[in-house]
Amino acid sequence: MNEKSKNRVVITGMGIVCPLGNDVKTMWDSILNCRSGTAANTIFDASGYPTKFCAEVKNYDLTKHTKNPELHKNSNRHSGFVVGAAGEACRQARIDIETENPNDGIDRRKMGIYLGAGDGSVDNENFFNAIVQGWDDAAAKMDWQKWAAVAFGKMQPYRELEQEPNMPAAHIAMLTGARGPVRSCLTACAASTQAVGEAFKILQSGQADIMLAGGAHSMIHPLGVTGFNRLTALSTRNDSPQTASRPFTASRDGFIIGEGAAIVILETLESAKKRGVEILAEIIGYGSSNDAFRVTDMHEEARGAVQAIEAALKDANLSYKDIDYVSTHGTSTAENDSIETLALKKVFKEKAKNTPASSVKSMLGHLIGAAGATELITCILAIRDNILPPTINLNDPDPNLDLDYVPNKPRKAQVDIALNESFGFGGQNNVVIVKRFNQ
Amino acid sequence: MTTQMPVITGLGAITPLGLSYKDLWLGLCQSKCGINRITAFDPSGFTCQIAGQVPDFSIRDYVPKSMRKTTKLMSRDIELAVVAADEAFKDAGLTTKAFDEQNVTINPERTAIILGAGLISCDLVELAPAVAKSITDGKFDIKKWGSQGIELLTPLWLLKYLPNMLACHVGIIHDIQGPSNSITCAEAAGHLAIGEAAQIIARGDADTALAGGGEAKVNPIVHLRQCLLKRATADYNNNPKGACRPFDADAKGSVFGEAAACVIMENPENAEKRGAKVYAQIAGLGQSCSINSKYEFLEPDGKGIQYAIETALEDAKIKPDQIDLIIPHGTGIFDDDVAEARGIEKALAGAADKIPALPTKSMTSNTGAATGTVDVVAACCAMKDGIIPAAKNCENINKNCRLNIAKEQMKKDIKYVLCCSYTYGGQTAAIVLKKYE
Repeated sequence: MNEKSKNRVVITGMGIVCPLGNDVKTMWDSILNCRSGTAANTIFDASGYPTKFCAEVKNYDLTKHTKNPELHKNSNRHSGFVVGAAGEACRQARIDIETENPNDGIDRRKMGIYLGAGDGSVDNENFFNAIVQGWDDAAAKMDWQKWAAVAFGKMQPYRELEQEPNMPAAHIAMLTGARGPVRSCLTACAASTQAVGEAFKILQSGQADIMLAGGAHSMIHPLGVTGFNRLTALSTRNDSPQTASRPFTASRDGFIIGEGAAIVILETLESAKKRGVEILAEIIGYGSSNDAFRVTDMHEEARGAVQAIEAALKDANLSYKDIDYVSTHGTSTAENDSIETLALKKVFKEKAKNTPASSVKSMLGHLIGAAGATELITCILAIRDNILPPTINLNDPDPNLDLDYVPNKPRKAQVDIALNESFGFGGQNNVVIVKRFNQ
Repeated sequence: MTTQMPVITGLGAITPLGLSYKDLWLGLCQSKCGINRITAFDPSGFTCQIAGQVPDFSIRDYVPKSMRKTTKLMSRDIELAVVAADEAFKDAGLTTKAFDEQNVTINPERTAIILGAGLISCDLVELAPAVAKSITDGKFDIKKWGSQGIELLTPLWLLKYLPNMLACHVGIIHDIQGPSNSITCAEAAGHLAIGEAAQIIARGDADTALAGGGEAKVNPIVHLRQCLLKRATADYNNNPKGACRPFDADAKGSVFGEAAACVIMENPENAEKRGAKVYAQIAGLGQSCSINSKYEFLEPDGKGIQYAIETALEDAKIKPDQIDLIIPHGTGIFDDDVAEARGIEKALAGAADKIPALPTKSMTSNTGAATGTVDVVAACCAMKDGIIPAAKNCENINKNCRLNIAKEQMKKDIKYVLCCSYTYGGQTAAIVLKKYE
């Protein structure tokens, strides 16, 4: 495909449901006021767990976000969130939803969906009690007939179906009537950046005019927290949840598990102009790579991260010198923050220390599959307002990590081009670049 | 797409019909059925007690000696993908780090890996001893679980069950450093992964790709889910070989199973330069979505399937009557079969009842995220040998399914094959493969 035949792709809508608010404005106000979305876990009784806190979505009422609550009533937490996020994004982009006869001038067969979405929680009580009933601990053997008696007696078909990772996409399809390319991916913590990147490519090549792209995930459930606690990936700073997410500090001790959904409306420039909708930013670069190193660790020399960043810069025809702001993956784990800093030093060379690179996870927590798209929205807002979102809780910088992480308060700065990084457990890396829109 | 679409130069499959793609093809040609009573666990308490299980294998035979420790972190889904990927690279005649570190013939940075994966369920037997330590008054006690139970789980427990780990493990074994994705669109994932890999090569982001899918659905909780949704048949426990009946009047539901399949895709120039054998070229891709308030099933008019096929044909720039073989999704779920047949019929505008159609799930079972790639592998074999195998368990075709189901094996010069799939949740996909000349 030659450069000239590629469509330009712009962003015309944003929507969010996250620990810092259930719409874009509330989230952004919270970030500019350096608030933390972290508190004690109220979703399940985590009092016995090593980590007893998390970053929850609060006061979200799905029935207020849809005319057809019946259609979404079985949805798992994240599928419910994505209905709200998609609704907000569609309103901004003037896409008609929940109607058989949309009047927005968009061909539904040219409207697609690409989500980085997680799987849903198991039906906890029944899931565990079926094991209790079926397991003979003395014989170390499962009696599957006893297990099945509980499982078939108690578990519900839709409660089970809704655990499938393609369900958030199903709910948005029902909401919007999208009949174009519809895909869902799950590359751990990089999933929604990848979804946005692939959606961008789908639009560039002309397979669709509009894509709803983003992510939805909640792993704040008994097995999710179990998994991350066993990996010792989570902070255990139970006495101070709000300061627990402290990327790039010497005292960082893990990430804070969060949840939410974020949707951006990507649209070809031609379609946006034709419809006369406001253009929020332009998406200009995407890079994806694989560490191919270890499933447990990032590559020691940041090989995969560097490759993804450089691929995105090349895709955008940019040099590292053109980047005004980096939204880091910045998880607050010992490994990520060191390797990511190394990656930035390798790519940005002499400019590394002068390129602001903050972590909004210090406030949002880590939204796992939904993190990348959420952070992309903060990049778009940084460009809109010429303001750099901060890394809060950065009071004891790690002496080995010496970049400009925009510590503790937002900063006015000219931001025209922002680069958003996401690195997934297992080594899948994705980077997207957004730019202020100019004719 | 204005650029050249990639060609398929390597095949790999591990299915209930055997441990290689040749077993799969031979099995299909001999109308073999890989469905039996479940042996992985005692199924007597389940409504459906049959499944497609893969013959015994040892994962250690498919992983280089230096990496055998990592097999401990592989759930069954991951193991299956590792086996299929191993065969696909070998079949393509490519040397990766796994085979000979000194003489690698792929460019790791220019190689992509896109795999479809399912919702991997944890191993309940692995979880059970920890659950047993977390009981108060005969009930699960989450406080005890958090403070005592979880310590019994291996620290890396979670990593076995992340769907992206299929691509991560395979990527590490073969040193694949380019674009990497894990498509989680259930039964449409295999086709969508191949489609995405094709687009990555077409747009120049990679020269070579490993694409496919893998899923192990013979797991009590995964199996339970399909039983509760009434997608799994409860009527043929005494007749496993006759149980999965796509497009048949006596269809009572699908039969699930385990498999993985992979293809190697290359940009045609590279393939020609190295003198690779070429099975087929990707000619067209289409995808859409079924929209149904009962989203475990396909919408009755099959529109989502119709749109995907129409887009794929348009992309391939061919007319419906140029297609020589259709491999439909054909699950054996009565209403879904009717809806799919309607979608195909509409998209092919009058040609559907003339083109031979070969549903494979009656023989391979419904292998979730693997199934689309299993079908693409079968399509490549059919094209190469010029053979369309006979369909199985479709003796009494549902009169509402106006397809030309292949009744007997036939010889045919196959130029174009159409494969399509859909899933609960709605995603649909269609791929047109073309003989490469």
